[in-house]
Amino acid sequence: MPDPAITPEVIAKHGITPEEYARIQQILGRDPNFTELGVFSVMWSEHCSYKNSKLELKKFPTTGPRVLVKAGEENAGVIDIGDGWAIAFKMESHNHPSAVEPFQGAATGVGGIIRDIFTMGARPVFSLNSLRFGPITDDSAEARTNRRLFAGVVAGISHYGNCIGIPTIGGEVYFDESYAGNPLVNVLNLGILRHDQIARGGAVGIGNPVFYVGAETGRDGLAGAAFASRELTEESKEDRPAVQVGDPFREKLLLEACLELLASGCVAGIQDMGAAGLTCSTCETASRGGTGVEIELDLVPKREDGMTPYEILLSESQERMLVIVKKGQEQTVRDIFEKWDLPYALVGEVKDDGMMRVRHGGQTVVEIPARQLADEAPLYAREAAEKTADFADFAEELSKILSAPSASSAVQKSLVALLADPSIASKRWVWRQYDHMVRLGAAVLPGSDAAVFHVREADKFLAASADCNAIYCRQDPREGARIAVAECCRNLACSGATPLALTDNLNFGNPHKPENFLQLREAVEGMAEACRVFDTPVTGGNVSLYNESPVAAIDPTPTVAVVGLIADPAHITTSAFKQAGDVIILLGDLVENTPAQGMGASHYLKVLHGRKAGSPPALDYDRELALHNALRALIAAGLVRSAHDCSEGGLAVAVAESCLAATPALGASISHLPSSSSGTTSPLVTLFNESQSRVVISVRPENLDATLFQLQQLGVPATRLGEVTSGDTLEISAGPETYRWPLADLHRAWADTIGTLMEG
Amino acid sequence: MRFAVLQFPGSNCDQDAVAAVRSFPGASADLVWHKTNSLAGFDAVIVPGGFSYGDYLRCGAIAQFSPILAAVKEFAAQGGPVLGICNGFQILCESGLLPGALVRNRDLHFLCEHIHLRVETTATPFTKNARPGQVLRIPIAHGEGNYVCDDATLAELENNGQIAFRYTDATGATTEAANPNGSRAHIAGIRNAAGNVLGLMPHPERACDALLGSTDGRVLFESILSS
Repeated sequence: MPDPAITPEVIAKHGITPEEYARIQQILGRDPNFTELGVFSVMWSEHCSYKNSKLELKKFPTTGPRVLVKAGEENAGVIDIGDGWAIAFKMESHNHPSAVEPFQGAATGVGGIIRDIFTMGARPVFSLNSLRFGPITDDSAEARTNRRLFAGVVAGISHYGNCIGIPTIGGEVYFDESYAGNPLVNVLNLGILRHDQIARGGAVGIGNPVFYVGAETGRDGLAGAAFASRELTEESKEDRPAVQVGDPFREKLLLEACLELLASGCVAGIQDMGAAGLTCSTCETASRGGTGVEIELDLVPKREDGMTPYEILLSESQERMLVIVKKGQEQTVRDIFEKWDLPYALVGEVKDDGMMRVRHGGQTVVEIPARQLADEAPLYAREAAEKTADFADFAEELSKILSAPSASSAVQKSLVALLADPSIASKRWVWRQYDHMVRLGAAVLPGSDAAVFHVREADKFLAASADCNAIYCRQDPREGARIAVAECCRNLACSGATPLALTDNLNFGNPHKPENFLQLREAVEGMAEACRVFDTPVTGGNVSLYNESPVAAIDPTPTVAVVGLIADPAHITTSAFKQAGDVIILLGDLVENTPAQGMGASHYLKVLHGRKAGSPPALDYDRELALHNALRALIAAGLVRSAHDCSEGGLAVAVAESCLAATPALGASISHLPSSSSGTTSPLVTLFNESQSRVVISVRPENLDATLFQLQQLGVPATRLGEVTSGDTLEISAGPETYRWPLADLHRAWADTIGTLMEG
Repeated sequence: MRFAVLQFPGSNCDQDAVAAVRSFPGASADLVWHKTNSLAGFDAVIVPGGFSYGDYLRCGAIAQFSPILAAVKEFAAQGGPVLGICNGFQILCESGLLPGALVRNRDLHFLCEHIHLRVETTATPFTKNARPGQVLRIPIAHGEGNYVCDDATLAELENNGQIAFRYTDATGATTEAANPNGSRAHIAGIRNAAGNVLGLMPHPERACDALLGSTDGRVLFESILSS
């Protein structure tokens, strides 16, 4: 079948603008053929080129004394963790594929990020994820769809991660109407390596052979990168062929074979075939190496006959790698891949002419300067809307809510409702489906503030957390992004860890819409600023734009994940209360001193009043840093029995979670809540405000004075709240009232909600 | 004592088993590739967990045809101790070294969590140091751990004392709620008639380090090391 003619329609269908087409003509000095047009369309898609976001991403700090490989330099950044060991980690999204085919979409998302990590020469040791879906609570058709997506995504992650034997040790799951029809699936993987094991993705050494290793190429995932760079529409279901099918068993073999190959010393360069498959790996390795690469498609292992060059080059079949081997060591590749029963083929050679050249059936079908294709996609500074945030009406709305006659009695049901909100409720139904214990490292099981993992090879303890409160980001993307970084670092501090570096997944709507681009810019600038403050350089990540369902764009969701180091296993701290009689202390202020009183953009407003309104809580860097340093100092001094940050749902939810996380659950009596100086603070504010820089800790009674003294020295406000009890109630006195909740009621709300919704 | 830890394509608890064994004084462990056909020089064999051959057919169904399985059968026939964990248990059942089979969990989900199991027999090299009726807290991590067998096999298992472990609650009582996967007669692990081959779904190698929340799995390794 002859290739279609290049018409304006064909060009437009490839997502290439007339200006971009003119640039292609200029680069080639001629018109592209159909295959070349396809190659440009995927390489210049947002997914591969970051053409709409790159100018913003340059604002991130990417350097630091621990940074061994910078973001953007290779497939993932590499960070020094001491004693000659390093970690490579990165987060990536598989949002669009998961929207149309949740199981395979999520599964291949896991597979893709794992390949990015072992491509760096690292052995993958754990995964984390951040998932977002539409509401799952009611009986509507929409909720049923959301439940199906949620179940499918969790099953897909479980299928791939469990089979390959890489533990999924934590993460977050949120539910909000903005994700209906456009779920977010962000997956992080982290690997361990010695400094001298860092592998590079450059096609170096003219004349070196180029090997294709791994699974055969099929017609699945055709132009997935381009699919990911469009809005989802009613017709997106027809894009299901753009979703790849994952084979974790093949990837496990590929992982072991590649690590064995790298250890043999025969590899000059290595690159996984992810988005844009063979196309991307060929031109990127050539561009990085400052060389050219020529490959012969007739030699590529294929799953079916009759595939065109266009299909072979744009296929996103999974579990494939491109390896540039030192000339003369070809036999090593053959030996290792035969041992692991994996396909391999010598498909090409490194050239000195800077071209990506592809041959098929005795003809040259692609001939494009590699650097211009891979690294010189057009960059766009999109138009951002004017900032219009105006929360003037919020104070009035808030005061109406708080002064309602039922406000006081509302406390009782509000805590139960918050704990039963699927975004806050226990995610045990999710993480018990993930093998989080394989590799013998899960020192803190999922559900605490941060996951803690013992990397046995290096005898290092790593903590990791993923966070983003998208309601905050919706209301104020800059503040929301700052808080995401701060909260992530706070979670690490609660676990006894010092943050090392950060990876991010920027999930936004169509950047051509100025209001969406404003959100992106604001969030990036806020995040960049916070990364500097918390000394967490960005190791890389992913940008996922065009997250729009047929209804509207998602709430801006700049998910961040921070990895930290725990110096001594004795410092590992969890959120669960440990023993009756321990004293509960709040670090930080009871309520922030602003008109919104930490109630703006709160989960209380969303869950109890169905409102996403007001300005998010205000973050003060100095207070936040002082808090983290104080926590680590107290933990190192052996004073802290439990630590849990106040986030969604505020103080009352934090205390209840620390009660319920204990096995068996412990009670608490909060009897020392000071009334505010003005005496007018509503108990709803006291208990559910989300003011920042706050952590609930518990200490042994004999350590109370020492703890309070240290906190005073360190300049962190502290309030003794009450005691952990062996009773079966949570009791809180706020203002004139004392509220009592049977733990069994709270446990039912918190522990059973998601399982009941999902299993019926 | 020298342990062979078998390595199939898709094994993923092989390194964990090696690490667990090596944490005991006097124990060494080596990975043995599935294409090997001899177990000469080894004192004990562990068939570790994972997804051998992706488990795309029935779990363990392809691994039974690996060359190493013939060596395992011979090793077992001569009385050598063989421990199958999770996928290893499935492989031992598929290869006929143990009776019965393992099918999808009752609620169809993969489940990873700490559970309790009760030691039903101490007449195996892997449980001889345990107390009869001792309750162990050990993690499971499987999607297909629902033990099934016919009535005659169950009767035989019961009569010969071949049921090694049952799922229980923390007090040692067998209840429906404490049975994580729907296994027949709450069976978590069984031994062969001779007692030297033992398979179980829970992962004792994940319960050998206090840092990971339990050391109850150590008794299996201590037993074999003291025999």
